[in-house]
Amino acid sequence: MTRLDLLIMAASAVSSVSLCWLVFAVLTDGVGWLLFWVVAYFVFLAIYFVASYDRVGWLSAVDRVVTVAVSTAMVIVLIPLVWLVSYIVIKGLPALRPSFFLHDQRGVTPTMPATAGGGLHAIVGTIEQVGLALLISLPLGAMTAFFLNESRSKLRRPVRIFVDAMSGMPSIVSGLFIYATLIIPLAKYNDLFSFNGFMASLALSMTMMPTICRAIEVVLRLVPNGLREAGLALGASRARVVLSVVLPTASTGVATAAILGIAREAGETAPLLFTAFGYNLMNANPFHGPQESLPLFIYRFVRTQSEADIQRGYAGALVLLMLILSLFIVARIIGRDRSATNKRRIRLRIPGRRSGDEQSVPRLIASTSRPRVATSTAGGEP
Amino acid sequence: MTDLHMTPPDVSPNHGVGTADKMSFAGGSEMGAAGTAQVHKGAPELIGGPPPGAASLEARDACAWFGDHLVLEGVDLTMEAGEVTALIGPSGCGKSTFLRLLNRMHELVPGSAMAGDILLDGVDIYGADMRAQTIRTRIGMVFQKPNPFPAMSVRQNVLAGLKLTKIRCSDQDALVEQSLQRASLWREVRERLDSPGGALSGGQQQRLCIARSLAVAPNVLLMDEPCSALDPASTARIEETISELRNEVTVVIVTHNMQQALRVSDRCAFFLAAENEPGKLLEQGSTTKMFTSPDDPRTADYVEGKFG
Repeated sequence: MTRLDLLIMAASAVSSVSLCWLVFAVLTDGVGWLLFWVVAYFVFLAIYFVASYDRVGWLSAVDRVVTVAVSTAMVIVLIPLVWLVSYIVIKGLPALRPSFFLHDQRGVTPTMPATAGGGLHAIVGTIEQVGLALLISLPLGAMTAFFLNESRSKLRRPVRIFVDAMSGMPSIVSGLFIYATLIIPLAKYNDLFSFNGFMASLALSMTMMPTICRAIEVVLRLVPNGLREAGLALGASRARVVLSVVLPTASTGVATAAILGIAREAGETAPLLFTAFGYNLMNANPFHGPQESLPLFIYRFVRTQSEADIQRGYAGALVLLMLILSLFIVARIIGRDRSATNKRRIRLRIPGRRSGDEQSVPRLIASTSRPRVATSTAGGEP
Repeated sequence: MTDLHMTPPDVSPNHGVGTADKMSFAGGSEMGAAGTAQVHKGAPELIGGPPPGAASLEARDACAWFGDHLVLEGVDLTMEAGEVTALIGPSGCGKSTFLRLLNRMHELVPGSAMAGDILLDGVDIYGADMRAQTIRTRIGMVFQKPNPFPAMSVRQNVLAGLKLTKIRCSDQDALVEQSLQRASLWREVRERLDSPGGALSGGQQQRLCIARSLAVAPNVLLMDEPCSALDPASTARIEETISELRNEVTVVIVTHNMQQALRVSDRCAFFLAAENEPGKLLEQGSTTKMFTSPDDPRTADYVEGKFG
């Protein structure tokens, strides 16, 4: 974008707003502010198109208008996300003190300030439950993925349909299933089957397994077939090829899949309601007694009447967000390999809109206004 | 060339079981042309590997199907031990399928089938008590597209055949060096044996794949258009390697490059498929005869580049 292009865009925006203001506020009785901005936006697109068409020709003008429209769509999508995150941060940050990570809710009453006590018991519970769920579902999910992708069994199709169906299962159903099949009939015989963290991790692993399985399967499909052939041609058995060739090649992807599975399950609330049950104090033993977790912590406190308790809930939500965010960052770091960074570097260079060599391409369009040049820049966008 | 890693010349390839830091020193005595010849004599011993020496391959009335589709019919071809046999012919005439019949890679394709006998030193490799894995250790294969294992280093790639098949070697460092020497890659990679195999250039990757196949000391080496993705310089080096392998290993190479067939092969087999008919072996014979006075006019047309 040259300075002139920016100027034209700004001028189009100003004139569209003025035009709408003239029509709506002066000539008519006026409309609601939302409708005003929607109409103004489309008028802006039209004016911008006409102004660009006059300067750089039809193809290039279409390219610019579509670019603006797509950027707007991106901003609209980002608004709720940014809103949500900043809302949680604003509400939760005042109640968040380092002590939140050090104490449970022992001796805390609703009338005490929000900074009293903490959520250590919930953090410990979440980590233990999700960790146990990962221990259960990673081997199962990985083996299912290997079955789906590496074996030649006729059962692959039904299994794949089954995994798909399971990944669409509402998470509360998995909690209900554990509650109905294990907790109700067996709790009176053995403490292991009463409300505790282990039951929660069983429920979580039911939704986690299909997620991990599908993610790993996608990664395995990316391993080139030539590598499997090369391994087999060296005289290896199929199992050996999977273990020594396919798995190491896909290992970063498998790690990423596991972390994304954790991140998803850490925020699940519904399966925990009937299984972990929730508990206000520290219970570090996931195999005995009700246990808290961050989603349950939020659920309990945000519903109360006490202002301080609601703030505690938001602090818990903020901690949960940070936990999941850090997991995503770890996944990105693991999943990034050399080829990926190369790709990104190339992608930054092609658009020619933001970085140093941006000047050449738009100027070329401006000076020649030839459709062919314009299409080539439009097509250069990956 | 750097002299930093030189060791006294008394370090032979037969020193004891190598440690990690010995590895980079193993090549010290092998500098220069003399070293190449020397290393072949002191070949490290493989335990559980194929029997030594080149082996002959013989196809008798070999046919191949993909599903109900017959793609190759009635091939009778003998590939003598220690010779280089080139399979030539236009695309889709069944050369690659025939090559994959020879080490039982064909059966990996779902729905495929074959008939006829493939004899390795007189023993049918499709016999009831033959394991495909054993056959594939004895008959190595190099593919059209270089496919080193990306998660492994250069050194691990060369030793991959041992790791994958439980063949043991008393001196892995010497084996790595010897295999890379035979694939004429040693000088280029000896300083970076621990860098990933995928970091090499295309031609080097293909030679790494050849080294990987040679490390398990196969009796036969099958090559499926090994140079079609490579530049002329890398092609020349691989052709050189094939010539050096003559007498040590039986080589069967599929190629679309007539000059290459003429340069590297002792014998040629010409495959041809008429439209909607299975591929057949049209003519075979010594390379000189096939290129100068073939019996069939279609062979003459093909080797002269009139079709295909």
